[in-house]
Amino acid sequence: MSTRPLLCQRWSSSLGQKPGATSVRFPGAIHSQFSNTLKFYQTPSPIDTYRTMSQDGDIVDADYTPESDAIALGLYENMLKVSIMDMIMFDAQRQGRLSFYMTGQGEEGTCVGSASALAAEDVLFCQYREAGVFVQRGFTFDDFMSQLFANVKDSGKGRNMPVHYGSKALNIHTISSPLATQLPQASGAAYALKMQRLTNPNIPPRVVACYFGEGAASEGDFHAALNIAATRSCPVIFICRNNGYAISTPTLEQYRGDGIASRGTGYGIDTIRVDGNDIWAVREVTKRARELALKDGGRPVLIEAMSYRISHHSTSDDSFAYRARVEVEDWKRRDNPITRLRKYLENKKVWDEEKETAARARIRKEVLKAFATAEKEKKPAMRTMFEDIYEELTPEIREQMKELKSVIERYPDEYDVSEFEGGKESLAP
Amino acid sequence: MRLHKAIPIPKGLLSPSPCSYSTKTKTRTRTRTKTKTPVQQHRFYSTHPPAARLNIPTDFSTTSILNHSAQSTLQNPELPPDIRNGTTKRMNLFQSINDALSLALAADESVILFGEDVAFGGVFRCSMGLAENFGTERVFNTPLSEQGIVGFGIGAAAEGMKAVAEIQFADYVYPAFDQLVNEAAKFRYRDGIEGRHSGGLTVRMPCGGVGHGALYHSQSPESLFTHIPGLRVIMPRSPVQAKGLLLSAIASNDPCVFMEPKALYRAAVEQVPTGSYYLPLSKAEILKEGSDLTIVSYGNPIYTCSAAIEKAEKDLGISIELIDLRTVYPWDKECVLKSVRKTGRCMVVHESMVNAGIGAEVAASIQEDKETFLRLEAPVMRVAGWSVHMALMFERFNIPDVARVYDTIKRTVEY
Repeated sequence: MSTRPLLCQRWSSSLGQKPGATSVRFPGAIHSQFSNTLKFYQTPSPIDTYRTMSQDGDIVDADYTPESDAIALGLYENMLKVSIMDMIMFDAQRQGRLSFYMTGQGEEGTCVGSASALAAEDVLFCQYREAGVFVQRGFTFDDFMSQLFANVKDSGKGRNMPVHYGSKALNIHTISSPLATQLPQASGAAYALKMQRLTNPNIPPRVVACYFGEGAASEGDFHAALNIAATRSCPVIFICRNNGYAISTPTLEQYRGDGIASRGTGYGIDTIRVDGNDIWAVREVTKRARELALKDGGRPVLIEAMSYRISHHSTSDDSFAYRARVEVEDWKRRDNPITRLRKYLENKKVWDEEKETAARARIRKEVLKAFATAEKEKKPAMRTMFEDIYEELTPEIREQMKELKSVIERYPDEYDVSEFEGGKESLAP
Repeated sequence: MRLHKAIPIPKGLLSPSPCSYSTKTKTRTRTRTKTKTPVQQHRFYSTHPPAARLNIPTDFSTTSILNHSAQSTLQNPELPPDIRNGTTKRMNLFQSINDALSLALAADESVILFGEDVAFGGVFRCSMGLAENFGTERVFNTPLSEQGIVGFGIGAAAEGMKAVAEIQFADYVYPAFDQLVNEAAKFRYRDGIEGRHSGGLTVRMPCGGVGHGALYHSQSPESLFTHIPGLRVIMPRSPVQAKGLLLSAIASNDPCVFMEPKALYRAAVEQVPTGSYYLPLSKAEILKEGSDLTIVSYGNPIYTCSAAIEKAEKDLGISIELIDLRTVYPWDKECVLKSVRKTGRCMVVHESMVNAGIGAEVAASIQEDKETFLRLEAPVMRVAGWSVHMALMFERFNIPDVARVYDTIKRTVEY
């Protein structure tokens, strides 16, 4: 304090340390206070998990305004749809009628609840366990089945593994298998939406929502995505489905911090943890996150939805090899998003056992009908194998298409092309 | 990840300044023989042995590869009429790239430019003045994360933007390899009838040897991308080419990997048309016609080939055709095959390693084509980097030089 004149001299400069200052003026951490005590920081107390209703379906947040019964029934129906389709398709794969499937049991609330809070024009990126998002957005059983059977009606032209859905009309980008790659893409897409609205204010404000599991959050792309979204102020909502397992790896071997949520604040991102088995909490949190993401020109938000992966990882996985059957049964019985909303509806006397049975039978019939139709459809034309690599066919690809046709013609007994639309003729240049 | 990267290469080290080598060879040889071997501590990157006849650094101020007059630039039949009747300006490679970026940003509001240190002008000055002219919303720095940069670009492109991403050195593109290979290249394919794609993405990256770049400032990883259907891989040889090809890459609806030979950023100077023009992608250019041998190359080695051709034609009394691939994938196979059917001999020259390089693809395609195979009078030869990493002190022995190209020409025609 004895250096007052000097202090005045230094005022004009924005660089360097003010003499006698109590806070740091390093460019890398401008709000830090000096401390004269040597101390290492540990994980602060765990971030709370927000819920609106108890396991018995009673609203516990006094400030929460419940939605209409019509909305509640709609969301319940959509969760039932995913859950019933999952059971049927899992068995279908076991019977060898489908090459692969992944169910989302236990996570219907996260997917249906969050998707219900987004606008139809919001752009979505998914990982693969988000059938509920697709159902909520209007993907039909026919759409699901066409993709799963890779038939001629599959919008992916039979190129992708089952459950790699996509829909331009519903603004959901097509799923790809590499984990977390969609995260930085979501940041870029969000930046595009922000720029487009800056250029044309008539475009409604839009956000991007990006789904991923807690395992995927260990990828470098997670880090890249959150950091770039924060520095470029992108209106993107990152929705993490923390279901406790990445295939066989429990979260204890995935990370040692306070889940995924604790990382969000490290990137300067508004973050919240929510009970994924509480569809109202997920919906409310997503609604608020959307408002926040659009505030002040845009910013990212991170939601960590806690749930439990009741199902096996996929049809190629037997999860009882790494976790106890009793643990799964316990979660199934104790709490899951469907039973919790059912209790809520029953408490309100708008649902009962009879309605439940009828709805399940109806949905099951719808799934089986779409299943049977899709299974009978032809496979896409063989030509589609060669198309869409580039905007136009290259001479090299044309040549190879011709070559394949010629091989099939010279060895007709070696190939069955009858199930493909147009047979080998589609390969004509 | 890296110890040092954002270092603009000082002008003197990048290339010999034109005046140092503009004297005629004769004069120089005479002077050198009189004054013993000089100790040239400060210019050890571009010196050559006193008696050298072949390995003389390129004189960019006289090479016939560059257009030193407006007239020669505007004669190019690939340019549209309005450009051919327009004006030109002397530009080096980084200026022509800057010019292309500036024109693209001005013409289309959906063009955005980003990467590490792009906002202040870029470590190679390619984006100089662009943030000031087009705003920091459209020209901006990203965090230091290559996978983030390319992933961000794919997402922006998928939502209709023309995203021009910069990877500071091609040597650092590998963290983004997954995004480029599994995502950018396959986006259109997996989206099927939905038709969304990442074709608005162009990834620019400086590549190639620069004299002292060593392991991580010298690489040319084009072959890693030519193995990937869905990507267009482009490498220009000169400012005129760079501008026209970059504008085409940005306009293209396919994701493009645009590799800029950094040794040419300041060294290659020519008259460049001032307007917007687009040079065709996936189309090679016959730079010089000939009848006895076809040399296929691209990027910086085009100058080496040109110098070797000049000497070989004089010494051996032959005529050599020089083809610049320009786009290395999907490449202009027809142009090369047609040339080889005429000349009966072919060699491929590139800077990156010989193993599974562009030369392998070109050579295999030539022998695979029945008609061309029957015309072959000599094995297809490859002059390329050895199958080693770029060691600091040995770069000049690794990158194909005039002597190696000359020697292979000789062996091919004498076969």
